[in-house]
Amino acid sequence: MFTNELIIAGRKFRSRLMLGTGKFPSSKIMQQALEESGAEIITVALRRVDINDKQDDILSHIDTNKYLLLPNTSGARDTEEAVRLARLARAAGCEPWVKLEVTPDPYYLLPDPIETFKAAEILVKDGFNVLPYINADPVLAKRLEEIGCVTVMPLGAPIGSNRGIKTIENLRIIIEQSNVPVVVDAGIGAPSHAALALEMGADAVLINTAIATADNPVEMAKAFRYAVEAACHAINAGMPTEKLRAEASSPLTGFLRD
Amino acid sequence: MSFFDIITNYKWEDIKSYIYSRTADDVIKSLNKTKLSEEDFASLLSPAAESFLENMARLSKAITLRRFGKTIQLYAPLYLSNECINSCVYCGFNRKNVIPRKTLTFEEIDKEAKAISSEGIKHILLVSGESPKHVSMEYLKKATEICKNYFSSISIEIQPLSTEEYNTLYHHGVDGLTIYQETYNMESYKKYHLGGKKTDYRWRLDTPERGAEAGFRTVGLGALMGLEDFRVEEFFVGLHARYLMKKYWKTHIKVSFPRIRHAEGGFKPEYPVTDRNLLQSMFALRIFLNDVGLVISTREPSEFRDNILGLGVTQMSAGSKTNPGGYTEKTASGQQFSMEDTRSVKEFVESLKKKGFDPVFKDFDQTFMGGVA
Repeated sequence: MFTNELIIAGRKFRSRLMLGTGKFPSSKIMQQALEESGAEIITVALRRVDINDKQDDILSHIDTNKYLLLPNTSGARDTEEAVRLARLARAAGCEPWVKLEVTPDPYYLLPDPIETFKAAEILVKDGFNVLPYINADPVLAKRLEEIGCVTVMPLGAPIGSNRGIKTIENLRIIIEQSNVPVVVDAGIGAPSHAALALEMGADAVLINTAIATADNPVEMAKAFRYAVEAACHAINAGMPTEKLRAEASSPLTGFLRD
Repeated sequence: MSFFDIITNYKWEDIKSYIYSRTADDVIKSLNKTKLSEEDFASLLSPAAESFLENMARLSKAITLRRFGKTIQLYAPLYLSNECINSCVYCGFNRKNVIPRKTLTFEEIDKEAKAISSEGIKHILLVSGESPKHVSMEYLKKATEICKNYFSSISIEIQPLSTEEYNTLYHHGVDGLTIYQETYNMESYKKYHLGGKKTDYRWRLDTPERGAEAGFRTVGLGALMGLEDFRVEEFFVGLHARYLMKKYWKTHIKVSFPRIRHAEGGFKPEYPVTDRNLLQSMFALRIFLNDVGLVISTREPSEFRDNILGLGVTQMSAGSKTNPGGYTEKTASGQQFSMEDTRSVKEFVESLKKKGFDPVFKDFDQTFMGGVA
């Protein structure tokens, strides 16, 4: 039974949908969207919050009894910066979970594979559950799994692009080869893209821009929740395999006797 | 190789006649492209594009929403000194102007920083005239140290420095640089900058590049709108920004649109820039460079600032004072220019929220800089 439950590092989460907290028109709308999405893992950019301030506008809108607050290191240009940010979050009382993002280019925010790998090594040794954001690179995914990352988070398309699952061929390989959950992160622009990722065999999806910048983010959060649930049902129902061409329903060789 | 080698391949008058010869058809073609060439950018800056301002607004809005969401990042300037060795004809700090001059003491910097941060501001821009005697490297280092106690991001808008000097400041915790070329027209530049170090066009033009090389995370550019034909001016701003974005791929480039306002000395701009002109420039820049930061300061009136939310702008100053000591002292020193939007941070934030925008106070953390400090 393929349920809408996700296990990462031995911990069970109630949904295969994860949410980012950037770009929302207000923290209140963000909070309502989180609620409607059914997600349990919520990622927050450490550069956007004052992690030591409980009154921080974003943090005060995330109930850590209900959600796993997953700090991310977005904006870090190299290993050192990412490691420092992760440690800062843990020192401030966050659980030792980190969404590792090393994104030296400020425009496409594409992950630096070399610095990400180095930072992951350090943070895993340091006792963190590391969820690295990577390009859809199957070899890098295996290497990160080998050193102890608890998921891999390959991108479907560049962050914020809403372009959907453009890295599909490499994602298929990552999903086929991975022994840790595969979370498709970035680029998902519509609920149908999220459903596709799960139908392909991804374990979860992470959505931010598509929800936060919708005309009605709360309604869109609900739409993504349904899409993820729909994919779970579809997988349980047994997805019919794709056929390359039409197949006649009455057999052409039915006349054969033996 | 610097942007100087690129800009000297262009002739101002040629670009101007190219821009003025664009037709409605050229504009439509450019608006339908997903990847714009510099010729397309010129079309969007042309008089012909004025009839398509609404189309440009829609496109600019959609791009901005996708890339930045409904957010506005807030910052405030902290004026350190109005001493200046230059005589720029449009500026209140012009050495020839008789204004009360002042350079903040470290104690005063602390007081100002405290006052600004108590309003919630976390991104600070340290501003001064050009007077190395008053605002020296040692002074700047100490000012930065003080500001680190109050702010998560520290930028500077001061006299151009060398790469090494910028690097030193970066290592002390300054993460951003703003420097306006004022005008990209070399001839006009001479006319407006009559004395002091600022007379050196190339030294100033290469400044953003030295800053990016030194490691700054954000570098801001702009032309002072009103000194020259804005269409040609913004064309070069766009080329400069694109050049820097490609060469310094780790640096976030942003563009400001400072329009000349009333300043001490009574300067009247030769090429006044209307609201429509400013918006056309902003939309063209957004459509040409989707990811560039676009900044509108309190130089602009509150009504204008409220109306342009979501259309392209990503960063705005709030509650600004443009004279040293302006946040805490009653007796005013001379200001650089007068502000139009005089609302407090709180009032501005209320207005942002009412319009459905999230004020982003913090978008950086000194922890990023930890390793270099």
